[in-house]
Amino acid sequence: MNPFLAQQLQPVDAPGIDWGAILPMVIVFGAACVGVLVEAFVPKHQRWSGQVVLTLGSIAAAGIALGAYVSGRPSHGVLTMAGTLSIDTPALFLWGTLLALSVAAVLMIADRSVEPGGSFVAQAGIAPGTVQDRAQVQSTGMQTEVFPLALFALGGMMAFTAANDLLTMFIALEVLSLPLYLMCGLARRRRLLSQEAAVKYFLLGAFASAFFLYGLAMLYGYAGSVRLADIATASAGTDRSDTLLFAGFGLLMVGLLFKGSVGPFHTWTPDVYQGAPTPVTAFMAACTKVAAFGGILRVLTVAFEATSWEWRGVMWAVAIISMAIGAVLGLTQTDLKRMIAYSSIAHAGFLLIGTMALTDEGLSGTLFYLLAYGFTTLATFGVISLVRDSSGEATHLSAWAGLAKRSPLLAGVFTFLLLALAGIPLTSGFIGKFVVFSAALSDGMAPLVVIALVFSAVAAFFYLRVVVLMYFSEPAPDGPTVSVPGAFTTASIALGVIVTLLLGILPAFALDWAGAGGFALGG
Amino acid sequence: MTWLLALILLPLLGAVAVAFLRRNDRLATMTAFAVSIVELVLILPLWLSYDPGGERLQQVSSLEWIPAFGVHISFGIDGIALLMIAVIALLVPVVFALLRSTDKLPEDKDIGGLLSLILLQQSLTIAVFAATDVFLFYVLFEIMLIPMYFLIGGYGGPRRQYAAVKFFLYSFLGGLIMLASAIGAYSLAADELGEGTFDWATLAGVVSEAPLETQIWLFLGFFLAFAIKAPLVPFHTWLPDAASQAPVGVTVLLVGVLDKVGTFGFLRYSLPMTPDASAELAPFVLVLAVVGVIYGSMLAAGQTDMRRFVAYVSIAHFGFIALGIFAFTQQAVAGSATYMLNHSLATGMLILVLGIVAGRGGDTRIDAYGGMAKVTPVLAAMLLIAGLSALSLPGTNSFISEFLVLLGAFDTRPAYAVIATVGMVLAAAYILWLYQRIMTGPVRGDAMLAAAPGPGTAAAPEAGARKTIRDLGGREIAALAPLVVLIIGLGFYPKPVLDTVNPSVEQTITAVQER
Repeated sequence: MNPFLAQQLQPVDAPGIDWGAILPMVIVFGAACVGVLVEAFVPKHQRWSGQVVLTLGSIAAAGIALGAYVSGRPSHGVLTMAGTLSIDTPALFLWGTLLALSVAAVLMIADRSVEPGGSFVAQAGIAPGTVQDRAQVQSTGMQTEVFPLALFALGGMMAFTAANDLLTMFIALEVLSLPLYLMCGLARRRRLLSQEAAVKYFLLGAFASAFFLYGLAMLYGYAGSVRLADIATASAGTDRSDTLLFAGFGLLMVGLLFKGSVGPFHTWTPDVYQGAPTPVTAFMAACTKVAAFGGILRVLTVAFEATSWEWRGVMWAVAIISMAIGAVLGLTQTDLKRMIAYSSIAHAGFLLIGTMALTDEGLSGTLFYLLAYGFTTLATFGVISLVRDSSGEATHLSAWAGLAKRSPLLAGVFTFLLLALAGIPLTSGFIGKFVVFSAALSDGMAPLVVIALVFSAVAAFFYLRVVVLMYFSEPAPDGPTVSVPGAFTTASIALGVIVTLLLGILPAFALDWAGAGGFALGG
Repeated sequence: MTWLLALILLPLLGAVAVAFLRRNDRLATMTAFAVSIVELVLILPLWLSYDPGGERLQQVSSLEWIPAFGVHISFGIDGIALLMIAVIALLVPVVFALLRSTDKLPEDKDIGGLLSLILLQQSLTIAVFAATDVFLFYVLFEIMLIPMYFLIGGYGGPRRQYAAVKFFLYSFLGGLIMLASAIGAYSLAADELGEGTFDWATLAGVVSEAPLETQIWLFLGFFLAFAIKAPLVPFHTWLPDAASQAPVGVTVLLVGVLDKVGTFGFLRYSLPMTPDASAELAPFVLVLAVVGVIYGSMLAAGQTDMRRFVAYVSIAHFGFIALGIFAFTQQAVAGSATYMLNHSLATGMLILVLGIVAGRGGDTRIDAYGGMAKVTPVLAAMLLIAGLSALSLPGTNSFISEFLVLLGAFDTRPAYAVIATVGMVLAAAYILWLYQRIMTGPVRGDAMLAAAPGPGTAAAPEAGARKTIRDLGGREIAALAPLVVLIIGLGFYPKPVLDTVNPSVEQTITAVQER
């Protein structure tokens, strides 16, 4: 027997697993696997209904499991799976946020009445422009793989926000990214744009992953461990190379900021948001943002709190650049989906301000902001998917002129959502900005807060431009029609709007949840 | 439920009701008018139950809103807020009654939408004057922009989109900077008291004891928001655009009441919360105020458009108000507080009368008119009364306010008072010149006379024939009458108003005077 195998003969202690804590994640991953089997064995005409029931059911089950666990959870969180996952209060809050957001996103993905047959192509493998492709335009089939893909991405996001070491984080990052790359290329309309978006996202995402991995390697070299807590301990000692630490930190952050579409690592965002099928864009804009910032929060708080004075200056610059790019380039956009993409870059800058504060207020503020922003942006994309002309969604700004005359309800809802994105009081967007900025202010970042407020005002201009266009302009003669949304999209938009309003008027309960506890630092 | 809450809620409910009735123009108009009249009647018990010698804030009610930040929905009024609430309750029914004379709606708009938005605006404006929680004040300060934005952008003149967006962005930016100061004050209180709060009285107590440097930063945030709102030169450029593009009735509310939130903010927030910084920076504010008086007056004289004329007149008047506030004497501040009321009456009436003139002639250019007094003597008399009040002739309401401002300012800041007096002279010049150009002399101008007929239109009326322009009707006279009565009545007997504000003024400036 060779020596390597001989070692294995020693009894190995299986790591303890707290099944109750990780049950929500297990349910989601399990359902994703079952979804793949459904694709393989269920007849074609039953797949859509089967997948919808399975997906929504599993998310609901995960939500119930989460709710059951939360009430009896240990107050300081638990480390499980040999310390690779940390199920603490922020992780649970983010899981709840992700599950709630993905319900709305899955509802949009499942809708088949706005676009006959759904927003997804029947067979993505057929090259655009070929004879087969023209034939499949007529069909109303839908690639139902999108449901298990969404579940895998969701599971990856949940693992990402709970990951307590960098290696787990990296794997979760890949698990959440790969399905998203695929989902981007599945649009039924404008196939080339969609496939371009997928390739772009994949290539740039692969680079970002490489950066992350490189940073991980350096930090391992520095600390001798990939655990976040060990990195924090190591950086408290002074006898190691700071170069290694900060090079590793920088590379790691590039990977994470890329996922959060923070400028200047945002270049993929406008193209991908525009090219991907709108329900997928909504899913990415809401859930990926939550996961990415959940990860950034944990890494900064747990591993790099002690060295915050060294890196804070750089992060200030990143936040300012992100807000500037988002607000200023947003002004020049003529496509609505691109405009919201730039808006999300500006919002990423605001979020980063809260993330940097590293105080309890900063943590709860950022968590609240993520919840609020996620629902608002989901509903925004839901509304965008309803305005269509003969070639699909009419996302060019000029097509939205005078929309309020033809569909006052839709224009009213969209105005409300835009005002929420601009941060007008009585919407969740305002409370989110308020909690984040007040946390930053009390942590001594007053100049940054003032800069952020100025950029908020600049960004308000392009939201207003759409409102002006809808209400005060003459409608285009051959303008788009507004589809009557099916039950799924209606439910999704209604959910987003209600949450936006509710969190704007009665934010107390959500603020309490978000502020219920900090990260588990031990292990 | 206090009278104050009823005053806030009634127009809100009215706005909802009118919005549902907007398909029926007649019913919507009647409902809106009835609501505004009831609102006006409700002012009576509010005024009577207000005891000038009593507590600083009266009609107090409070409800917890966001416990995590110590935010309450709390309302209460002092004498100054009472005046502003009374004046908006008065102006809204007057505006409603004259709407048909002053404004022509864009073709595809129904009047119900306009009336509903005005009622909503009224509710929010009253609430903003009554708010005693700084967070709530900020929320209302920003929310208030939305109905005004739709009022200007949806129902205004040809360049309404530009004016609406400019108005919104200026105020929104100012509001955001104020938010930074409000958060700063909050975290100061959180450090000091161990628990954050946005309660106005508590915050004022904590922040006024803060070191000068901190106070200056907080002062600047609030100041920018209020200076844009008021507006002080050089933050004023949105006002001429907004005032000339908004419907006439909306301009009355915008210039007459909404902008007073700025000067009201100086009195309610800047002075009590940051007394050291106010005293320290007063010279700079006074310079802006005096520049505003002179600059506004000179530009008003040079305007060719009636609506822009009124905007610049207001900018000059806001300079006077700011001068009085930052002179920090009892007389001057009392003058400013009553000027806020009197300016609403005088300028409100001036805008309405000029709006009727433009409505009759179909033109807002001043040189399109001439000799109108021969055709419409009652309208001319109304313009004269409004104009004389706006130039503060003794015997009209504005005189006593302007006099108090100058008198009070002369004690502490003689140089500024002397320069501002020049503004009074200029005011006489530009108002009388306006009256002369529109009303006196031979009948002339495009709006008064038919244009020369083009070739081939033999049937057209003879070139130079007078157009038929009606004088004021009974309804219009009845609508303007309350303003005339108040302008002349308060000119001779200002005591009730002064008695109402004096105790509040005293409490406002004690903090600054102690420094």
